[in-house]
Amino acid sequence: MTAPNWLKIERRPVASGRTVFIVSVSAILAALLVAAIFFAAYGVSPIYAYYLILRGALGSSHGFSETIRRMIPLLLCGVGLTVAFRALFWNIGAEGQILMGAIAASGVALFAGLPGPLLLIAMFIAGFLAGASWGLIPAALKAKLGLNDVITTLMLNYVAMYLVLWLVHGPWKGASMRGYAYTDMFPNAAQLPTIGSTSIHWPTLMLGFIAAVVMYILVNRTRSGFEIRVVGENPEASRFAGISQFKTTMLVMFISGGLAGFAGVGEVAGIYHRLLDPSQISMGYGFTAIIVAWLARKNPLAVIVTSFFFGILMAGGDVIKIQLRLPFQLINVFNGLIMFFLIGSELLMRYKISIRRR
Amino acid sequence: MRILYGLYQPDEGEILLNGKRVHISSPRAALTYHIGMVHQHFRLVPTLSVAENMVLGLDEGTGPFLNYRQTYKKISQIAERYGLVVDPQAKVWQLTVGQQQRVEILKALYRQADILIMDEPTSVLTPQEVDQLFSTLRTLVDDGLTIIFITHKLDEVMEISDRVTVLRKGKAIATVNTADTNKAELAKLMVGREVVFRLEKSPVKRGEKILAVDDLQALNDRGLPALRGVSFKVYEGEILGVAGVSGNGQRELAEVLTGLRHATGGHVTLEGKDVTNRSAREITDAGVAHVPTERKTMGTVPSMTIRENLILKSYRQPPFSRGMFLDNQAAEENARAAMKEYDILAPNIDTAVKVLSGGNIQRVVLARELSGDPRLIIAAHPTYGLDVGATEQVRQILLAQRDRGAGILLISEDLEEIMTMSDRILVLFQGQVMGIIDADGAQIGKIGLMMAGTKEEEK
Amino acid sequence: MGWETWIIATLSRTLAYGTPLLIATLGEIFAERAGVLNLGVEGMMIMGAYSGFVIAYTTGHPWLGLLVAGVVGAVFSIIHAFVSVTLKANQVVSGLALTMLGLGLAGVLGRGWEGLPLFTPIRKITVPVLSNIPVLGPILFKGQNLVVYLTMLLVPVLWYVLFRTRVGISIRAVGESPATADSLGINVTRVRYLCVIFGGFLAGAAGGYLSVAYRPSWTQGMTGGMGWIVIALTIFAFWNPIYGLLGSYLFAALYHLSFRLQAWVSPELLKAMPYLFAILVLIFVAQGTLKKKMGAPAALSVPYTRGEE
Repeated sequence: MTAPNWLKIERRPVASGRTVFIVSVSAILAALLVAAIFFAAYGVSPIYAYYLILRGALGSSHGFSETIRRMIPLLLCGVGLTVAFRALFWNIGAEGQILMGAIAASGVALFAGLPGPLLLIAMFIAGFLAGASWGLIPAALKAKLGLNDVITTLMLNYVAMYLVLWLVHGPWKGASMRGYAYTDMFPNAAQLPTIGSTSIHWPTLMLGFIAAVVMYILVNRTRSGFEIRVVGENPEASRFAGISQFKTTMLVMFISGGLAGFAGVGEVAGIYHRLLDPSQISMGYGFTAIIVAWLARKNPLAVIVTSFFFGILMAGGDVIKIQLRLPFQLINVFNGLIMFFLIGSELLMRYKISIRRR
Repeated sequence: MRILYGLYQPDEGEILLNGKRVHISSPRAALTYHIGMVHQHFRLVPTLSVAENMVLGLDEGTGPFLNYRQTYKKISQIAERYGLVVDPQAKVWQLTVGQQQRVEILKALYRQADILIMDEPTSVLTPQEVDQLFSTLRTLVDDGLTIIFITHKLDEVMEISDRVTVLRKGKAIATVNTADTNKAELAKLMVGREVVFRLEKSPVKRGEKILAVDDLQALNDRGLPALRGVSFKVYEGEILGVAGVSGNGQRELAEVLTGLRHATGGHVTLEGKDVTNRSAREITDAGVAHVPTERKTMGTVPSMTIRENLILKSYRQPPFSRGMFLDNQAAEENARAAMKEYDILAPNIDTAVKVLSGGNIQRVVLARELSGDPRLIIAAHPTYGLDVGATEQVRQILLAQRDRGAGILLISEDLEEIMTMSDRILVLFQGQVMGIIDADGAQIGKIGLMMAGTKEEEK
Repeated sequence: MGWETWIIATLSRTLAYGTPLLIATLGEIFAERAGVLNLGVEGMMIMGAYSGFVIAYTTGHPWLGLLVAGVVGAVFSIIHAFVSVTLKANQVVSGLALTMLGLGLAGVLGRGWEGLPLFTPIRKITVPVLSNIPVLGPILFKGQNLVVYLTMLLVPVLWYVLFRTRVGISIRAVGESPATADSLGINVTRVRYLCVIFGGFLAGAAGGYLSVAYRPSWTQGMTGGMGWIVIALTIFAFWNPIYGLLGSYLFAALYHLSFRLQAWVSPELLKAMPYLFAILVLIFVAQGTLKKKMGAPAALSVPYTRGEE
């Protein structure tokens, strides 16, 4: 691209934290602006709409709990994705890993017959391992055979989805749920405690916060984290430094898949108390988490903020649907717009554009 | 040559073709002037067939449809005329390197080239294939084509060329008729006769043998032999300079010795222990330092900070790691000390390496590699791309290491650097050792001859 | 239902359902052959479905709807091309963003159009003499529509273009080795743009076919993840239009069989097959020489910058 004479475009070697922040925020604002056009087109004042979203998501205890409820899986998956993205492993398969976690948890809940707290612990462990294994498959395929990570993780999403559907319509079909595609309700011991009457299953939320902190420490303060970062930033140099790309790839997907598995456990054990239709379990969390991680610039701690933000958006979507009679899909539009403006803004971060003063 | 083919633009000067001034702005333009080029790295798409590669990007005026039969015929005609046997329907990835080169030549001929530029064509060929190539070239010349043959191998120059132009440091030094000259004269022209300024260097104090390389063999990235039985020794306290034109096995040698490339034969012994084909990590731990050519892609992680780059190899050991955690404090102290000792100019230790100048990046690499008091240092083109000051400093650092008792293998294309720094000089040509001589009193003409393919007795 | 009738009915429906799969796959094959991964197919398809329906409904011209559907898909893909080729940004994220955008937009705009019957869909045809051929007749020539036949014709045409014309050679070169193509004077950017837009047009048209011919109506999410199957199909077809045809009908057959064979085989298992097959194919071509012969275009999803050699 040749620039006009009055525009100076130079490569910016390193983007300062401030630049990154400003650009990210601008991307969101730009998306908000474009979305506002849609509101206007439906005859609704955009400002009123945004106000409603914020009030709905944060203004009432019900709204706030809905926000936090959405935040939980986004937080867990988002943290996992930042770790994967750091090693340049494009994990698009979080949806599937959530579902595998849900399956494992449901299996343990319905059939393991363990007492009280042991049951929940077993469910979480099983969920982590199931999600992790699901993530290790594409990791191994990439590390050993060089298979494209995007496609393998993507395909496995749908395999997992059909696995859930099969279980729910077939072998695990609930005896007590006539005709509906659910499993039986989990026993009480397998149901996660919630805060008051909200649907916030706080153990999973705690897990999310812990994961964010632990992963932050892992990536920035440990040897493994150092290796992950070198592999992600410069694979050539990682060979030079004697780092095993194979082990690093497997490690990041073990973590990423496992954390998504936790999210799946949380959804079935904390909210639905049974295994049901996959679209209700994962609800696009796996894909949304990609934006969450991206916006957090691959920083696990920042995911706390970005997952909260998207929690607001998703809860807000409900508000729009009910109060403004606007379709829920507007949120998808918004998500898409944000993603676009984000990757467009990457360009702004790579290059410094200024007016050439003569 | 790239200018002639339109890949680069000249800053000054002019090109006259058949007496007329021309401006070649792109490869397409070069083709209109009937200039064709056979590159060192072939411009072929492996999954397409020979015929398809032939017509790629060519506007033959016959519209979008490709008459395969006609194309095959045309290719066969040209091929037969010049004795370039190749199957037009074969997919390029199925062909041998020699056959692929023939396709490249055919491509130029298909586009009616009058002038053919060949860039180091024999570097990928077997001796038989070289003979075939030469007979092809003679046929082409008999047919009226002009061939510009770029090579550093004097044997070839003497065998195939009618006239020779010697280039050195971007200048055309001389043009002579081949019949009127010989290898020795050409070698002298290649390397120049300036008095080489010797650095202040203490006499060499050779100690024990550190590195012994015995009949080392290895393949390059294309699967062709890059090292064909290399043997030499390096002693404590000396610098063994490896001279040679780029592409004769230097890169592969450095990589094999540092564990980044698999050796297909031979042995590498470090202080008596066999380290052939050990991993990079083990070799580093055994006390070998590697200053690689590619500072930015291999030697450092540009987006990471100075502090982190300095522990790129040592992060696994205390004091930089305690258990599975990294000790940032230790890394910080290390970085501060290194910056002072090596004069690394940067705002602070947390500056990303990619904003540093070339000289400073190299200082970071040196600081890291030399920090463990290595026994053996393998330095590949250490002053490449550095300014005068940085170059001086790097050389001083290496000399200091030599005086400390380390053994240094210095690989460089800069003959001046080799001659000033080395205690002994080894010349590498086509993956073989042409000779190892003392640097003291070494005649530059002799080295030039070796670099261009003449073997010398070992000293 | 007698066996023969059963087979005929299944195969007949396979043809119908396989057609949109095939259309979109053909488009994606071209995009990927040029080296650009387009994960936005699902979004383009549903936008095509929506816009096709709206046009057909309001103007009464289903073919116009089909055309507009294609154009809408093409417009979407221009965005993807711009972000992926010119801005050289991450193709994965761009494609996913487009899908979300497309799904969202279609959901938003499509409200209120649901359930409306299309009185002027693309008509089913019964070819007079040919439909009486035993077995093949009722499958191929009864109750299909013109689009099905056009698509089948499109396959050899596109195969020819890709493998027997200069254009196709250029496309394949750009996808395998853009540096080489560039050095031979081929405009890599232009080739990639054109292929991506072509792919988008077909993706949109495939969606339009769904709402204008296959199931003449508009429902939320009526593409039902077909776009993702297309991604899998492109791989399964080894990036070759002919295998794309076979693969599309195979996957469509699996889809239909999953309903009909419910009593014997779990439908979910059959529906998951396409995705598993795609992975298996990838593993299969990962081995050495096979990769060269039948594998993915080497430069797939890698942005190209001149001078980076």
